[in-house]
Amino acid sequence: MLAQFLQFLFSGVTVGATYALAALGFTLVYNASHVINFAQGEFIMLGGMLTVFFLASGLPMPLAVALAILIPAAVGVLLERFAIEPAKNADVVALIIITIGASLVIRGVVQIWLGKGTHALPPFSGETPIDLFGATLRPQMLWVLGVTAAVVASLWYFFSRTLAGKSILATSYNPLAARLVGIDTSWVLFVSYALAGALGAIGGILITPITLTSYDAGIMIGLKGFVAAVVGGLGSGLGAVVGGLFVGIVEAMAAGYLSSAYKDAVPFVLILLILFFRPRGLFGGKLTDRV
Amino acid sequence: MSRNSRIGLLIVIAVLAVLPFVLPNAYYLDVAIRMCINAIVVLSLNMLIGFAGQISLGHAGFLGIGAYASAVLPTHYGWPPIAALGAGAAVSGVLALLVARPIFALRGHYLAMATLGLGIILAMIFRNETAFTGGPDGIAVPTLGLFGYELTTEKQWYWLIAAMLVASIWATLNLVDSPFGRALRALHGSEVASQAVGVNIWHYKVAVFVLSALGASVMGSVTAHYVGFVTPNIADFFHSIELVTMVVVGGMASVFGSLVGAVLLTGLPQALAKFEGWETVIFGAILMLTMIFLPKGLVPTLAARLRRGD
Repeated sequence: MLAQFLQFLFSGVTVGATYALAALGFTLVYNASHVINFAQGEFIMLGGMLTVFFLASGLPMPLAVALAILIPAAVGVLLERFAIEPAKNADVVALIIITIGASLVIRGVVQIWLGKGTHALPPFSGETPIDLFGATLRPQMLWVLGVTAAVVASLWYFFSRTLAGKSILATSYNPLAARLVGIDTSWVLFVSYALAGALGAIGGILITPITLTSYDAGIMIGLKGFVAAVVGGLGSGLGAVVGGLFVGIVEAMAAGYLSSAYKDAVPFVLILLILFFRPRGLFGGKLTDRV
Repeated sequence: MSRNSRIGLLIVIAVLAVLPFVLPNAYYLDVAIRMCINAIVVLSLNMLIGFAGQISLGHAGFLGIGAYASAVLPTHYGWPPIAALGAGAAVSGVLALLVARPIFALRGHYLAMATLGLGIILAMIFRNETAFTGGPDGIAVPTLGLFGYELTTEKQWYWLIAAMLVASIWATLNLVDSPFGRALRALHGSEVASQAVGVNIWHYKVAVFVLSALGASVMGSVTAHYVGFVTPNIADFFHSIELVTMVVVGGMASVFGSLVGAVLLTGLPQALAKFEGWETVIFGAILMLTMIFLPKGLVPTLAARLRRGD
């Protein structure tokens, strides 16, 4: 009983950590530019696929990982500069379609370049499972949790303790006021999109040894990351992390105890229920109307 | 109906009447039929997105309900196709009615999330209930009999769907000019202001959502009978996105924009099939470029430019 429960919990927390990283990406971009970036999932895919590619071309692991984080970050910046910035006065729907177009371009390029096959990565530190109260914990799960925790901690430090982080927060509250006090808001956009790309990629690299990856692996994880961001209340960093873990755990529990066929539907049922009762997510503020 | 709209409608009728005689072969006729089907769906979706300003990222789910009603009920339970089409529309309508109120309490991105979730859940049901739906492999659909006639040839299908398209355009043009259409545009502009002048915004939001769900469901059934086969792809997230893209590229709140959007984006993948492998990239790039440079959509942008030229 307990062993089974723990097993589900471990896999839920692991996949939830990836959702949390994706949700943080959604949150950063949303706060900086009020855009829901449907290409966030492609950053996750890029992280995994690029690591596979660079390893296969003979680069050492640390360099491969570094490049697989830097390139998606650069893609994020390019997306902001050349697609979001020129259309920033457009409708919400138009912006959503721009990011969907971007995700198609990224996915299409990867499909042509690296093919349609499914790829694996070796676990970072062996495969000897750790036994914990009868449940098995794979070493890669510890990597996922450890790195995610480290990333969340450094983001917290960045946003609450450094001037750069605070200027990003200020811009998300009120861009005009931020400009008036001398904050370079175009720098804020740059950092936010780069971070969103990097965070997605980190999640993708960490989870690939467990779930494998392919050119279309980003679609579902990206949408679930969006669910996680909304569960936590769009725009809240803490909400994104809690939302990610919550969605991951509920999904794993439902897959284990109810039906594994509907595993992928669970986050969406969850978000509908939450939105019906709390229209701004679990951690979102009160609904206010601006007339 | 304004003079321009009437001229537009006449041009569409003329084009539709000439088309089957100038198209070189059955392949082009097939593409034309698919364009018309999508145009009808996009017309009803544009009422929701363009006129009422409520986004739906899960509309393909309703197409799926109609398509699977037309596939499953006649195959497993021996229903006549027309009754199955009606049942599908009834289920779509009731579902839309049930979820409309909680869904439209949401705004902007939260509404996008909820409709996206609804569509994905429906698609997963079609994919997983293999005993009824045939799962990912799909299910065959019997031919459509209408008043004792069986629709079998492409030409018969073309005339039926062309007639449905003309009727939909005519109905939409009238609806847009009616008090109903004005109320929708008012609540798009400002919900509070329209409430202040006595528009019951709930009533209109629910009505337009149900209407667009019915339209999608009926066209889902028609598509299923025309193609003769249904797979879960019809209810996919990507199909929902394609439909929204047709609305936005053609032009939000533009009746003739809906037609242009449907024709272009149905034709585009066919035209891109030559660029083996690159079609996704080109399709994505075209979406981005259109939205960056013509964020109001093709027809309204061009219309504005023409007016300025006068």
